[in-house]
Amino acid sequence: MARMIAARVATSVVTLLLAAFFVFFAVQALPGDVAEQLLGQNATPEAVATMREQLGLDTNVWVRFVEWLGSAVTGDFGTSLVSGESVSASIWTAFSHSLLIAVPAIVVGIAGSLLLGVLAGARRGTSVDSTVSVLALVAMSIPEFVVATVLVLLLAIAAPVFPAVVLEGPDAGVGDLLPAVVLPAVTLVAAMSAYIIRAMRSSTIDGLATEYAVTAELKGVRRRSVLWRHVAPTAVLPVLPVISINVAWLLGGVVVVESVFNYPGLGKLMIDSVSTRDLPVLQAIAVLSALVYVVVNLLADLVALAVDPRQRTLHRPRRRPVVAAAVEEES
Amino acid sequence: MRSVLRRFTALSLGTRVGLALVGVTVVVAVLAPLLSPYDPVATDAERALQGASWSHWLGTDQYGRDVLSRTLEGGRFALLVSLLATTLAVALGTLVGAVAAYYGRWVDGVITRVLDAVLAVPSVLALLLIVSVFGNSLPVLVVAIAVVYVPAVARVVRGAARPVLTAGYVTAARARGERSLPIITREVLPNILDTILVEFAMRASWVVLLVSTLSFLGFGVNPPTPDWGLMIQENRTALTVAPAGTVAPIVALAALVIGLNLAADGLGKHVGVDRARRGAL
Repeated sequence: MARMIAARVATSVVTLLLAAFFVFFAVQALPGDVAEQLLGQNATPEAVATMREQLGLDTNVWVRFVEWLGSAVTGDFGTSLVSGESVSASIWTAFSHSLLIAVPAIVVGIAGSLLLGVLAGARRGTSVDSTVSVLALVAMSIPEFVVATVLVLLLAIAAPVFPAVVLEGPDAGVGDLLPAVVLPAVTLVAAMSAYIIRAMRSSTIDGLATEYAVTAELKGVRRRSVLWRHVAPTAVLPVLPVISINVAWLLGGVVVVESVFNYPGLGKLMIDSVSTRDLPVLQAIAVLSALVYVVVNLLADLVALAVDPRQRTLHRPRRRPVVAAAVEEES
Repeated sequence: MRSVLRRFTALSLGTRVGLALVGVTVVVAVLAPLLSPYDPVATDAERALQGASWSHWLGTDQYGRDVLSRTLEGGRFALLVSLLATTLAVALGTLVGAVAAYYGRWVDGVITRVLDAVLAVPSVLALLLIVSVFGNSLPVLVVAIAVVYVPAVARVVRGAARPVLTAGYVTAARARGERSLPIITREVLPNILDTILVEFAMRASWVVLLVSTLSFLGFGVNPPTPDWGLMIQENRTALTVAPAGTVAPIVALAALVIGLNLAADGLGKHVGVDRARRGAL
């Protein structure tokens, strides 16, 4: 057990390091000299050379990678090329603002989707099921920016309950942002719930058809408690990877949502930094996103490992059909 | 022809509706220059933000451009990019996934790790970076989107190919001394074609959404080219005055993606691949 957890953590660290490696070298490979760009076209060659030296661009790229990685581990991502301020400070502020819309969205999204999925699966073929299924299909077919636009039309313009855009800048406090949190969070819920609902519905249908569910029902256990006590907890297991991937990918939705609502979070910072080509900021955002992805996936695996004894008996817990594992043992 | 027709009627209602929606969108996009009543980029400042009328069925936008013409032509770019990028992503992903599954051991290990690392970087960020550096020309967009989706496709193909590799005919091919490439292309790939087809339909729906999102964010097509994502961005400030300018592209985009999703669901069920269980990857 401890060995499996250690192995899983080690793979996560390797994945994260690889991602950091890709991000760093992708950014390094960008055409155009950063120093020349910062100084403009009329800069003298001497000025460019001085600038390169200041930025440390004249040293070997591998040395720079190791240095960058070393300080990144301690949370230091250098200074922004545009504002000259510490990258990690502005990123943490933006990230905390993003969490303000992401965390409620994740909690409500997961709980709601699981409930709807169980409901649709248990009432398979009824009008409840078709309504939920159609809604899920529509939700996964409509991009976040459309959901956001429609929400603004309904709840900010037609019935002005919530603000349409955030007027405060990156320095806004939590209190200023709270009223503006609702619409972005609802948009994110719509974006993430569709796949979880579908997976949970499908998993519940499978669960109700298992022998233990049938046995429980034949023994006279009430249908309701068969569903909620016997089927639903087990049915969540195969949905865990779907949940983790949707939570990790919420960050992509965050970019769009924050851009629509002008919300001063990580996504907005990302778009602004792309426009100004603020490379240290972009590198840091990419690494932070990769960290979120890796941690969320790791958590999902550990939860699965903790609650599902079957996972502990296989050598490697995840993404591996039993057939393939058996075959490999043979060969 | 009749057998094609029979196979079509054998599909479920939802699948047929989906295929029909996609078909209509593609036909309209191809024929748009013939269908649209006005030049989609012609401005007319005196008729800006008009409501529906006999001369402009869906009204005009803030520059007096005909919304109907722009909506009809608005899918051309997104569809072209999506078709090319999805094809490229599925082709590359299939190759990588099949190679990982076939060679197994350390090749598989390395490929899986690298794919996981690429997946860890959010696609929107990767795309924005590439586009901001290399510009938003068609080839750049196609390659960038394909690169973003290769890991996900490769994972799915790898998973589908592994059971096939233990089948008798693969062992037989190995025994008669076939080389690895023919085994992959002639024994393995034909047997996972169903999965790849479903993957294509599903991936296409995501790519359409992604292209529209890029255009909405201002990193996709250049104005004044008509595009649904861009139209929604341009017209949403005038949502209360002339709603048709925003609603029309939303409906068109939603119809296309719902069609693609219905088709992917239905095809998946038809060939025995449950899409819902697989979730997002």
